[in-house]
Amino acid sequence: MRLHSHEVGLLGRVREHFDWTLFISVSLLAVVGVINLYSATSVARGHGDDYIQQIYWLVGGGILGTVVAAIDYRHYERLGYALYGAGVVLLLLVFILGREIRGSSRWIYIGAYSFQPSEFMKLFLVIALAKYLHDDPKSEGRTLRGLLVPAIITAVPVALVMLQPDLGTGLILLLVFVSICALTNIQTRSLVALGVAGAILAPIFWGYGLRGYQNERINAWLNPNENVLTYNWDPHHARIAVGNGGWLGQGFMKGSQNQFNFLHEQHSDFPFPVFAEEWGILGSVGLVALYGLLVLWCLRVASSAKDRFGAVLAVGVGSIIFWHAVFNLGMVTGLLPVVGVTLPLFSYGGSSVMTVLIGVGLVMNVSMRRFYASPTRPTPLLGF
Amino acid sequence: MSDLLVARSDVGEFRKRYKWMALFALLACLTVIGRLFQLQVLDGAEYAAIAHENIIRRVVLPTTRGVIRDSTGKVLASSRPSYDVEVVPGRVMPSSRPVHYRNGLALPRDPDSWPKLADILRLNPEERRTFEARIRAACSSDDDKSPCWKTPILVREDVPRDIVAELKQHTDELGGMDIVGVPVRFYPFKELGAHMLGYVAEIDAPMLAKYRPPGYQGLPREEQQRVNPLGYEGGDTVGATGIEHAWESYLRGQRGWEKRVVDARGRYRSGPEAERLVDPPGKLDPIPGRDLRLSVDVELEQAIDKAMSPHAAGSVVAVDVRTGRLLALYSKPSFDPNDLSGGEGHARVREAFNRLYANPLRPVLDKTMSGAFQPGSTMKPFSALAALEDHMVDPEHTEKCEGYVIFGHRVFRCSHVHGPVHLHEAIERSCNVYFFHLAETVGMDRIARIAKAFGLGQKTGLGINPEAPGRIPTRSWYALRYRGQFRVGFTLNMAIGEGDVTVTPLQLALAYGALGNGGTLYQPQVVRAVETSDGAVVQEFPPRIRRQIEVHPENLRRVTDALYDVVNDPTGTAFPARDPSLDIAGKTGTAQTGYITKKGDEPKMGWYLSQDHAWFASFAPARSPEIALAVLVEHGGSGPGIAVPVAMQIVHEYERLQAIRLGHTPSAKSPPPKSTRPPGGRP
Repeated sequence: MRLHSHEVGLLGRVREHFDWTLFISVSLLAVVGVINLYSATSVARGHGDDYIQQIYWLVGGGILGTVVAAIDYRHYERLGYALYGAGVVLLLLVFILGREIRGSSRWIYIGAYSFQPSEFMKLFLVIALAKYLHDDPKSEGRTLRGLLVPAIITAVPVALVMLQPDLGTGLILLLVFVSICALTNIQTRSLVALGVAGAILAPIFWGYGLRGYQNERINAWLNPNENVLTYNWDPHHARIAVGNGGWLGQGFMKGSQNQFNFLHEQHSDFPFPVFAEEWGILGSVGLVALYGLLVLWCLRVASSAKDRFGAVLAVGVGSIIFWHAVFNLGMVTGLLPVVGVTLPLFSYGGSSVMTVLIGVGLVMNVSMRRFYASPTRPTPLLGF
Repeated sequence: MSDLLVARSDVGEFRKRYKWMALFALLACLTVIGRLFQLQVLDGAEYAAIAHENIIRRVVLPTTRGVIRDSTGKVLASSRPSYDVEVVPGRVMPSSRPVHYRNGLALPRDPDSWPKLADILRLNPEERRTFEARIRAACSSDDDKSPCWKTPILVREDVPRDIVAELKQHTDELGGMDIVGVPVRFYPFKELGAHMLGYVAEIDAPMLAKYRPPGYQGLPREEQQRVNPLGYEGGDTVGATGIEHAWESYLRGQRGWEKRVVDARGRYRSGPEAERLVDPPGKLDPIPGRDLRLSVDVELEQAIDKAMSPHAAGSVVAVDVRTGRLLALYSKPSFDPNDLSGGEGHARVREAFNRLYANPLRPVLDKTMSGAFQPGSTMKPFSALAALEDHMVDPEHTEKCEGYVIFGHRVFRCSHVHGPVHLHEAIERSCNVYFFHLAETVGMDRIARIAKAFGLGQKTGLGINPEAPGRIPTRSWYALRYRGQFRVGFTLNMAIGEGDVTVTPLQLALAYGALGNGGTLYQPQVVRAVETSDGAVVQEFPPRIRRQIEVHPENLRRVTDALYDVVNDPTGTAFPARDPSLDIAGKTGTAQTGYITKKGDEPKMGWYLSQDHAWFASFAPARSPEIALAVLVEHGGSGPGIAVPVAMQIVHEYERLQAIRLGHTPSAKSPPPKSTRPPGGRP
């Protein structure tokens, strides 16, 4: 344990504690993401300036992330449930203020700007779950009853998001919950019971719980070469574009499937095929490795965190990034059915970009404060 | 505040979980990387091929059908551009497609361009409803193979130019609309020579099946080329009849193709960036169809049409007796091949066919070769020649014609009471009685031998339209046909071109040509040369002799002398209608049609159909013939009165045209050349 010397000063301490790996890997993703967005939208009518807007959001998100990182995360712990409550209220407001676009309301409009509360809800959920686990340390295994409160904390936003309807975000919220639970010690008995319940409920959900279009997408996934002109267009052409990348790719701005409009939604859910076609397996494996590095780094930060709250925070944010990347890459390569899940920092969208950067700010926060001296030492706001 | 920030937690609970989580994350990354390896490396070539296929479209480069010209270079058949408007149902009216969802959101559909298109095309409400119903029906499902995408609907054919311009101006707003340039065959002389030229039509199913047998699509390209060398496809225009049909392989030409870069919306992309993506070979140039130069003179056809204008139906064949090349093929009534070639739409074609088939005068039939008629007295020179050849008849021997003669129990009539006539006079004055006696002596088979030697009753092999063979009956033919006794009456009728004898005007013209040129029967030809589109001759067709007929020149001259006097002797049947300025030899004919008025016939039509066919077969100039002519006026009445004036006008026009073509203006009425028949030839 290190003691702080006042001679180093605040900036010096920041420089000393700064997590460069986290910063560089995220910056790299953001830069490559913008470059890719530029290429992806170069031929998409009405999206030509998306990359500029994306830069604005990255800058805004960076500033927010910095602020979030600067304030000692233990203040968030205190405000945990309040933030969570605010998120739920925002989700409720969507139903009141949100305008229906394409059969679903997900956005709240403030003047010319709109934002998607469900994106930010992911962070609020992580904070709420972190607070709960922080406040409820257990040495023996957790029972199902012990998981009831976190399950309810998760179920409320999941239900609200599913009602929008937005299956992708609901799924991510659930998986964040599962990931955080995986961090805890659960009784074997409870795990078995959960597994059995899951095995019984899954087919029922499969049979009755899915909407028509969701069944259609699962069918599309199971029969990848049918209906390629209609609802299988996106995954089908995404696979072709990825495959067309080969070893070294077609070169920047030279991917024929993107340049000739075969890829749709290439700015939102399908930016990866553009990248894979242009940069080949060399680029795409590099990108996957970068995401992998980021996720593993979050785990590392969690493992070196000084308290449960920080650890859960880092794992939660890491799981958000992980599940987004896995689902997005899985669906564009045909490993998974199409679920509307964005690729962090590659997909165009303010709420999504800011959520990721604020989340990274939280991880940075935890990472930088792994050095604080004494658990009992009073800290100023910035926590150094 | 400080107590709020006290770390109370025991991180130990989490400690051993991280490495499992890290392992899980690593495994997930490896799974994705494995999948990427499969897509990009293992199956990379396959996907690259699909990607290439996506952006490269083989665009068919159309070829142009050859032009048909007459002997002087006037265009008889060519192609003019025409524009059809087609729509892809699913694109022109996206609202007709079922709604699809992504993430629970209805996928956006482009706005309908149909209303705008319908406005520009000025469709009436009825048409709009019809097409909208068809579009909706096509898009009841919209999976890949649905007609919603695959089957364009033809909205308008032969759209006027100004509307095409307007459509092109608004292309951006008219997604799913396609303007298809279709060359339409154009026949500037319309009805004139239509049977000879024929018309074009959409390829029919049997022909398509012949060139594209089942499984054709799966064959390798070379094999396809072998089975279907001209590259026929469904919807192609092919020659249906006449020269268009017979010379299809020359006229058609061969399509080419070009690889073009297209985007997902089917729009073409150009520029170096796009061209970089095209794999060689990028293009196969089309080969234009060959042009045909006919031996037919359209001005002569026009003269024939004018000469035939008083008559409802008939046929004229003019042939160059020195080469066998056809100078005119004329059949009346005719049809306008422009109506049948689909220029103004399928409905127009159907309507035209219905009209044509309803006409009792059979306008679709090419009467020059597909119709066989009794030749009447134009048969007599051949009967006479048969008698002379086999020395069965003394040409100076006379028979007394009393206007009829009785053989067996039947009366056989003559047109007049001719009194005593010998062979020359019998031809000149067309005495049936003389020929009845002659036939009785000579017999059917001898006459048939000569008639067949001159090509009567046999297909000529011209081959542009299905030929009626006609018939020269023989005793064996009757033996096969009749159970009963052979009757001498058959022979008598045959000798004067009645009864079971039938010939086509083409056969008769060629036979008279052979009479005129000393016994050379030519193979008729209508195409003189095959040319490239810039006029270079690719192939010329020299005259082909079918056979040299073995007849004694003395006998042939005896007959042709008589044919000369038919026109030029005051007692000749054609004399009253002759044109003194012309030097013609020929034979009139009046063939009974044997039509028995049926109940329910329109009285006028019944009367008309019971009229005799009027014939005049001739050659001119008489002593050194150039042209042989067979004129048939169906139900015209008498040969001398009806058919001769027509022939006179035609020959007159022929001479005038020849004079112009040979570079001097026609001399004013040259006197008819003196008869050169041997002295004392006529008692």
